[in-house]
Amino acid sequence: MNAPVIEVENLRKNYGPVEALRGVSFAVKEGELFGLLGPNGAGKTTTVEILEGMRTPDSGTARVCGLDPRKSGAELKEQIGAVLQSTALPEKLRVAEALELFSSFYSHRRDLEVLLERFGLAEKKRAFYAQLSGGQKQRLALAMALVNEPQVLFLDEPTAGLDPQVRREMYAILEELRREGKTILLTTHYIEEAERLCDRVAIIDHGRVIALGSPRELKQRSGGATRIEATLANPASDGALRQLDGVADGRRIADRYVLHSTRPTQTIVALVRWLEAEGNELQSLQIAAPTLEDVFIELTGRRLRE
Amino acid sequence: MKHTWTLTRVRMLLALRNRAFIFFSAIMPLAFLFLYCSVFARGQPQQAGYMMPAVLALTVMGSFWGLSMQLVMFREQGILRRFRLAPIHPGALLASSIVSTYLLTLPTLFAELAIAKWFYRVPSFGNLWGVFALLSLGSVAFASFGLIVASVTNSMQETTVINQAIWFLFIFLSGATIPLPFLPGWVQRIGAFLPATHLVTGLQYVFVAAVSLLSVLPEVVALVGGAVMAYVVSLKLFRWEPEERITRRAKGVAAAVVIPFLLLGVWENARGTRRAGTQAIYDAVQKRLAPGNPR
Repeated sequence: MNAPVIEVENLRKNYGPVEALRGVSFAVKEGELFGLLGPNGAGKTTTVEILEGMRTPDSGTARVCGLDPRKSGAELKEQIGAVLQSTALPEKLRVAEALELFSSFYSHRRDLEVLLERFGLAEKKRAFYAQLSGGQKQRLALAMALVNEPQVLFLDEPTAGLDPQVRREMYAILEELRREGKTILLTTHYIEEAERLCDRVAIIDHGRVIALGSPRELKQRSGGATRIEATLANPASDGALRQLDGVADGRRIADRYVLHSTRPTQTIVALVRWLEAEGNELQSLQIAAPTLEDVFIELTGRRLRE
Repeated sequence: MKHTWTLTRVRMLLALRNRAFIFFSAIMPLAFLFLYCSVFARGQPQQAGYMMPAVLALTVMGSFWGLSMQLVMFREQGILRRFRLAPIHPGALLASSIVSTYLLTLPTLFAELAIAKWFYRVPSFGNLWGVFALLSLGSVAFASFGLIVASVTNSMQETTVINQAIWFLFIFLSGATIPLPFLPGWVQRIGAFLPATHLVTGLQYVFVAAVSLLSVLPEVVALVGGAVMAYVVSLKLFRWEPEERITRRAKGVAAAVVIPFLLLGVWENARGTRRAGTQAIYDAVQKRLAPGNPR
C-alpha cells in the first residue's frame, strides 16, 4: 500500500541549447493527487510527456506503475489516462463517437453512458467536437482519459484557458476522482488549483524542483508570513521597506512592493507612518494570507505568472 | 486489425461529413466523366468507351491528394498526438487511411461504370474483373503515395504545393487527359516513369483491348511494388507530433518509393512495347469508327 506509482529520478532533457529539465526527481504515491506547480516553460509538460512515453529523456529514470515509459508502450498505455495540453479531435467527430472510438482501443473499457452522464455530456453526445465550448471540450478530454479505467491519470494544465466558473466545475470533478482513489499527476500554473486540490505539490522552476511538500507544509516552511502588497506614488528603496516593523522579507516586483510580515498589523501601521514621513502616497494596498505564490516568490524572487 | 477497421469506419464517417471530400471524390470525377464522354467523345459509345480508362484512372488517382492533406492536418492540429496516447500502432492509422479511401472510391467508380453503360451505351467493359482489380490496386497505390506526401511535408502549405506538382505530372503525362498517342515521343518516354501512366495504360489494355491481367503484369507489379514500398516507408517516417520536422535523410528514404517506377520506366523505354500498344488500341478504335465500317 502507498508504494510509489510514479517515480522520477534525476530527469534531464535538452531541446537544442535549451535545458528544459535539469535533474527533476519526485515520487507519487498510490491514490495521491500530486501537483507540478510552476510558470510556463518551467518543464512541467516535458516531465509529464516523458512519463506518458511521448518524449525521451536525455538521462535519468522514469517509472509509471513499475514500467519504463520508453520501453513498455502499449502495456503502459493500457494503464494510464491523460489530458494533453495541446491536442484536438476532428471537428466533425461527435462526442459519443469520440468516446466509442478511443475506448475501442483498450482491452479494459468503461460504460460510456456513465461517463457521458458523469461529465455532463449526455445531452451533447450527438454534438460535433467543433460545436463544443472550451469547458465541454475539456470535460470530453477528461472523459476520454477515463475510458480505460486507468490507474494513473496525467492532467496537463486541464483548466488552462477556462473561465473561472468552468474551472471550479473541473475542480469538483477532480476532487471526486481523488476520492475514488485514482493516482493523479496534475500540472498547473494556478496557485488556487494546486492549493485546493493537491495532496502534495512540487514547485518547479527552470527545469528543477525547488520545493516539495503538502501545500500547508510549504507555506509553513516559508514562515507562514502574511503578504502585504502595496503600490506607491513615488518609488522607494526596498531596503527601507524591509526595515519596517514585523517585515520578514520584502522585495519589489515590477511596480509593486511585496512584504512578508509575521505581524501584519504592526507592519501596516509602520508603513503608513513611514509614507507620511517621506511625503509618499499609498496607491493600493492588499493583505493576503500566505499562498504557494509566496513560497515561489521567496524561492525565486519572481511571481509565478510573470 | 480490429483497430484498423474501427478507424476506417470513423474515417469514412468523417469524410462523408466533409463537403470538400464530397466535391473532390464524387462531383469532380462525375464532371470528368461528362466532359470526356459528352464533349471529347461527343457521346459516341465507342469513343466514350475509349475515354473510360482515363476517367476511371482520374477518379482513383485523386485519392493521394485528400489523404495527404487530411493526415498533415491531423498532425498539425495535434489530433494525431491524442491517438498516440492510446495503445494503437501507427500502422493501423495508416492502413485505415488507405482502406477508407478505397471503400469511399468504390461508389463513385460504380456510378461511373453505370452511367457509362446505361447513359453512354458503352458497348463493352472489356475484362471487367481485370478492370476492377486494376482500379482497386490503383486506388490503394495512389492512396499510399498520399501517405508518402504526408510523411515528407511539414505543413499544409507544403503539402498543397507538392500535391499540385504531382497532380499535374500525373494527369498530363500519363494519358489521362491527352491520349498518349497524341503526345510527342519524348513526353511519352517521360510518362513511362510515372505510376499514373501504368494505371491508365493498364486500364486501357484490360478495358478497351479486353486482355487478361497477366498481359499487364508489369503494370500490376509496379503498382503493387509502389504501394508496398510507400506504406513501409511512410510507416518508417511516421510522425505524431506537429513540431517533429522531417530530416533530409528521411527525405532520401522516401525517394526509395520511385525505385519500382524508375526500373519499369527504363525497361519500358528500352522495349517500347507499351507505346506501340497504346497506339494500336487507339488506331483500332478509330478504324472501327471510320465511315463505312459497321459500328
